[in-house]
Amino acid sequence: MKPLLALFAMTTALTVPGVASARPVTLTTNLSNYGGSGIYLALYVTDSSGNYAGSLWLAGRRSRYYRHLSDWFRMTNGSRSQINGITGASVGAGRSLTVTADLADSLFDAGYSLHIDAVAEHRRESPSEIVIPLTTAGAGTAVRGRSYISAFVYNF
Amino acid sequence: MTRALHRWPGLLAALLLMTLALSGAALSIFPAAYRVAAPQAASGLTVATLAQRIEAVYPTVGQIRRAPSGEITAYWFDNGVPGAAVIDPTTGQGVANSDPNQIERWLTEFHRSLFLGDNGRIVMAVGAGAMLILAVSGIFLVARRTGGWRRWFSRVRGPMSGRLHVEFARIAVAGLMLSSVTALWMTASTFSLLPDEAMPPNFPSQVSGETGFAMADVPTLASTPVSALRNLTYPYPDDATDVVTIETDTGTGYIDQGTGEMLAWADLSGWARVSETIYMLHTGQGAALLGVILGLMALCVPLMAVTGTIVWLVGRRGRPRIRGNVAAGRAETVVLVGSEGGTTWGFAATLHAELTKTGQAVRVEPMSSFNPARYSHAKRLIVMAATYGDGDAPASAKSFLDRLEQAQPAPGLPLSVLGFGDRSFAHYCAFAEQVQTRAEALGWHQLTDFDTVDRQSPQDFARWGRALGQAMGLDLELTHQPVVPASQDITLVSRRDYGAEVQSPTAILRFALPRRSLWQRLTGRGLGRFAAGDILGVVPEGSTLPRFYSLASGRRDGFVEIAVKKHPGGLCSGQLMALEPGDTVHAFVRRNPGFRPDRSKAPLILIGAGTGIGPLAGFVRGNTRGRPVHLFFGMRHPDSDFLYGEDLTGWKQDGHLTRMVTAVSRSQAPSYVQDALRTEATDVARLIRQGARIMVCGGRGMAEGVSEALADILAPAGLTPASLKAQGRYVEDVY
Repeated sequence: MKPLLALFAMTTALTVPGVASARPVTLTTNLSNYGGSGIYLALYVTDSSGNYAGSLWLAGRRSRYYRHLSDWFRMTNGSRSQINGITGASVGAGRSLTVTADLADSLFDAGYSLHIDAVAEHRRESPSEIVIPLTTAGAGTAVRGRSYISAFVYNF
Repeated sequence: MTRALHRWPGLLAALLLMTLALSGAALSIFPAAYRVAAPQAASGLTVATLAQRIEAVYPTVGQIRRAPSGEITAYWFDNGVPGAAVIDPTTGQGVANSDPNQIERWLTEFHRSLFLGDNGRIVMAVGAGAMLILAVSGIFLVARRTGGWRRWFSRVRGPMSGRLHVEFARIAVAGLMLSSVTALWMTASTFSLLPDEAMPPNFPSQVSGETGFAMADVPTLASTPVSALRNLTYPYPDDATDVVTIETDTGTGYIDQGTGEMLAWADLSGWARVSETIYMLHTGQGAALLGVILGLMALCVPLMAVTGTIVWLVGRRGRPRIRGNVAAGRAETVVLVGSEGGTTWGFAATLHAELTKTGQAVRVEPMSSFNPARYSHAKRLIVMAATYGDGDAPASAKSFLDRLEQAQPAPGLPLSVLGFGDRSFAHYCAFAEQVQTRAEALGWHQLTDFDTVDRQSPQDFARWGRALGQAMGLDLELTHQPVVPASQDITLVSRRDYGAEVQSPTAILRFALPRRSLWQRLTGRGLGRFAAGDILGVVPEGSTLPRFYSLASGRRDGFVEIAVKKHPGGLCSGQLMALEPGDTVHAFVRRNPGFRPDRSKAPLILIGAGTGIGPLAGFVRGNTRGRPVHLFFGMRHPDSDFLYGEDLTGWKQDGHLTRMVTAVSRSQAPSYVQDALRTEATDVARLIRQGARIMVCGGRGMAEGVSEALADILAPAGLTPASLKAQGRYVEDVY
């Protein structure tokens, strides 16, 4: 196991504050105005073989609905320890969510992918609505989700 | 206590409850609309077949969902573009747009949180809690008002607002309790206070790694009816590690996409099932008819909020302020009042004022505050107690008997009990009597004999006042002006005169029925509902004391009619007899529920003389259902004072009256109505054996004569007037 991944395992989240070889990354998720109530979002990372690496953010406070973020839930079994300190309110339609995290340099250009699961009340589940490889070159390029996310972009 | 529990949450939460109820009622329509609109699956259809049909139309289907209404929605991706539609299960074809209704979503958000997030949810939960408290306390209050649990559905009397309040409550209380309890449960569930989370099984660690097993051949899906389906999620295309996820009404499972085998299954927990049922009961989703019923019941809430507020406002005005009420510790005389409506407080205020004038230090307080330890200077106690409903204690006296049991009777502290009531009720002054009996048994000295005041009679009150004065060594003259119900001007439209030739000037006066405004109806003002046999109070010019006349008509007749005889020197009868059409008098209605024909088909024997014919004629006029009615009527001379003579002939022809027997006192063979009864003894006895009900109206002397005659007639059958009275089959209205 790589030393940095060992660190991830200890902190459970992928943020490594205070480590020199990390940089602040701003993740911006714009939601389309699909006309529904607040959306639950899970932002998390998988490694090159598709295994769960860690979570970055979970928007939505009621844990009873987390199972509808089905990919994230499947990988974590809904474990609360994966999201301690990195949860916030659900995001309204047409609004945007901005999260800043100190991400290790070694996460980029190493086969890691960022996933976003999304779900809204009485609407379809949208697991892995966004899946993009974490690359230095990909920063600043907006991508569109399948159902709820009009644009997602990460910037250094 | 129960009353306070009902009043304050009701007043405080009225607005909140109205918003909750109205939005809830609006929301209740949606499940029913979906139930009607959604194409329903045939009863034998399995999930496997449904999936097959949908796949045929939408090959890239990724999810199939069934709502509790039976509506089936399919979701798919075509080249990354999501699509969805409501599906007709017989064809698999999309038939309607699947976007959630925006109005429903808005209403839902408003109903659950007023768009204020978690704080709003808590506010609404408090509203539901208030609703529950109101429902439970209201159930007890209705029982108290009607006089017991078995009479919970019996008729209530009083001003319209109070009656409407109870009627709406009877319709809605069950639904409102269900809605509020389920709402509280759902709030607790939302805030994760209940262990009712539906947990899927752990994702299988091992899958076959193969793909392409047809959904139609999966055994679980072939054995699951569509009615049990909640959700079916397909594996991601080209992901061999993924599985089929099925959610049914019993649990969640993962199925291998290569073999069709069930890899993992988790049953819904008991808690989760209860929560799902509660959700269904609250929203009507899956129980549309119940939802609509609950919605209709919720519509009663605004009506109850309005009527309840009026009841409170009107009741608040009823209690007089007592000026110069001394502290309990300084009072020589302590007056304890137990009164539901507030009229007894008026009497207490009069007593307080008169005693204070004589230099006494007087304290008036509710019976529920009774505490002898505080009465350090008291020389006497006076209890003025009304009776509520079926012999119950009024609200302000509930705890009195318990406190009395615990108190030590002091030798220097004698007690006087005065009961207030209405003799037309079965349990006249029952609570006051109970207080008297207990006090005697516990060894309290009596200041005066136990006495009662019937229907706020100032005469009864003055009589007791003199006895009290005597006991206290005072010259005490209590002149109480009873609270006269707000009277109204009524206009004479016609009069028929009788009896001048026999020195008994009598008239049937007919007044126009004044129109009532809604506010008057709600607050019990104006003439109100009345029926023949009720009482018309007339306030003559130059007096504040009303005189009472039996009504010969009901509101349904469309006029107000009384029979009046001129008394020599009578203030009120003189004024009434002088009325010409177009003239007005001040009047109000007092109900007299004890003097009404019951609703049975048993024969009715009506006995009256003189103006006593009034209400009896009213009963005959109203007898449209052909009930056998036998009238015995005493008069002086048929050519002079045969009141309602022509009407009665007409009513007999119309079948309202079976038989009429008249007795004439000014003739060669003078006969009174009791004599007529004796003549017809055989018939009368037969009718009574058939279950006849007897109603007597007229002067006291006549009523006594009638009672004696009936005693003789009934004796062979082993019956007495008293036994008939006890059965409610013999009622009198005597003046």
